[in-house]
Amino acid sequence: MILSVKGIEFSYSSRTILDKVGFSVQKGEFLSILGNNGAGKSTLLKTLNKILLPKKGSILLDNQEVSELSRLAIALKMAYVSQHYESNRQTVFDAVLLGRKPHIKWEATATDLALVQGILIKTGLKEFALRYLDELSGGELQKVVIARALAQEPEVLLLDEPTSNLDLRNQIDVLRSILTAAKEKNIAVVAVMHDLNLALRFSDKFLLLQNTRVFAAGGSEVMTAENISQAYGVSVSVERVQNQMVVIPS
Amino acid sequence: MVGSETVPDGGVNHYLRYTWKKKLIMLGLLAMTAVLALYAISAGSAELTPWQVLLTLLGQTEGHSQIIIWSIRLPRVLSALVAGTGLAVAGAVMQNILRNPLASPTTIGIAQGAAFGAALAIIGWGAGSSSSTGGGAVLIINPYIVTISAFVGAMLSTMIIIFLAQYKGVSPESMVLAGFALGFFFSAGTMLLQYFTNDVNVAAIVFWTFGDIGRASWGELGIMSCVVFGSLLFFLFNRWNYNALDSGAETAKGLGVNVEKTRKWGMFFASLITATVVSFLGIMAFIGLVAPHLVKRLIGGDNRFLIPASGVVGALLLLAADTLARRIIAPVVLPVGAVTSFLGAPLFLYLLVRGSKLR
Repeated sequence: MILSVKGIEFSYSSRTILDKVGFSVQKGEFLSILGNNGAGKSTLLKTLNKILLPKKGSILLDNQEVSELSRLAIALKMAYVSQHYESNRQTVFDAVLLGRKPHIKWEATATDLALVQGILIKTGLKEFALRYLDELSGGELQKVVIARALAQEPEVLLLDEPTSNLDLRNQIDVLRSILTAAKEKNIAVVAVMHDLNLALRFSDKFLLLQNTRVFAAGGSEVMTAENISQAYGVSVSVERVQNQMVVIPS
Repeated sequence: MVGSETVPDGGVNHYLRYTWKKKLIMLGLLAMTAVLALYAISAGSAELTPWQVLLTLLGQTEGHSQIIIWSIRLPRVLSALVAGTGLAVAGAVMQNILRNPLASPTTIGIAQGAAFGAALAIIGWGAGSSSSTGGGAVLIINPYIVTISAFVGAMLSTMIIIFLAQYKGVSPESMVLAGFALGFFFSAGTMLLQYFTNDVNVAAIVFWTFGDIGRASWGELGIMSCVVFGSLLFFLFNRWNYNALDSGAETAKGLGVNVEKTRKWGMFFASLITATVVSFLGIMAFIGLVAPHLVKRLIGGDNRFLIPASGVVGALLLLAADTLARRIIAPVVLPVGAVTSFLGAPLFLYLLVRGSKLR
């Protein structure tokens, strides 16, 4: 088990955000965290790499307690793509090279540069390599931050709504490249997802949060119309179209 | 400025060519600074040729020119270079960690704290009083007390900002606002002091705030150099951390950066530079603001290049301003602080309306 989470509790002053949340992921698995706004999805993701410190509970990364690891030690194994990222006056190449930061001692080596080049080619960003970030579209920027996380060569990849800024084609492109990288490099992916159908299409495991707690967790067998209807408070039906599960609000 | 390449293939080689261009631009700026420095040493009421200057610096001449260069012109030129470098790198780092393009040594209350400290010393300890006979020029009798007091004022302002961030969890954005507020607070304090003191003291305070490179002798230059270059080394050591911070605090944490520590110490050293330079030389606005912006337009925001290049540009700008201040209506020497703002503001406006070319 690369990441194993047990009994996480988190609150902002008196308001409970997470209550005894637990799950685990294995290498090469894609886990989607699902639930309504305010269910605690993003907060859960941020506790995983110590951006937020949970009040209680244990997070084991490769059998080491995350709260006892330094930020650098965590960054060597776990990459995080925030929901909010800033565009600035860095080139795309530099922004992706920044993913090598945990590995760089004093200056980037030829290996670092070659790795960045490879990732830029795979993510279709090569032609933008020397463009400044503040000249990119939202979709291109989203690809850059994901490319940066891949450059980090993590064992666990945390993604907070990786497709929220993307059009249909880029949603599929980005998730496909993440999935390919995850299977190729045996990376565990934990992603907060809003689009249930994209989640169903790309993930192996699901964690349904409802009002600070885990409502259901497991493989595609937990994604029943009943579970989803209750977790989201909207009645839905789950159908199979071209051998693919789809959720349709009714 | 360098134009776009013909075929941007986006690979490693293309990237390396791009970073080489940045290094070349930095070398060009350094060369310009060296040439200007040579001119600045040779120009003055006792005209010397650049050749004489070079010979003197190499210890090949004696007498008249040697005294002028070693005891007057050289410390002044070196002070301008060191102070310009310091103010500019402090500005670059402040803009990064405070996430605000307006952050600079003179905009977040540090310089105003120094001015208040200086005013307090001039009035409180009579460090400044009497005027000399010659043309009403103002003498500051005990410059050491004024310098120390100015330094304490500047660091007090800094410590309040760092304290708010450290223990009250104030965001970088609010740190800038707190700095603005402190700036007004200290300015008001200075104003009150001026209101209740005699006109000689008021003149001394105003004179102090003008900013004058000529105040520094070799001793002060030594202290300034240690602080500026020591801090610069610290900043360069953290250049990847600052690059990560440019992508937002959460992303930086995800990349293994101890964000709070990086911000606190960056702020501390940037303020230490400001406090040291301002308390020795007075207030010189705009260098710390305009130099990083100019470099960003020229070679982008990568802190590996932005920080050292800002230092070079800051040195160049302050030396140019000081040389202009000495030469434009010689033998009258204009206050360099007024010249930096006078030239800095139009330059800044020009940068705002003009885009970047380097690719």
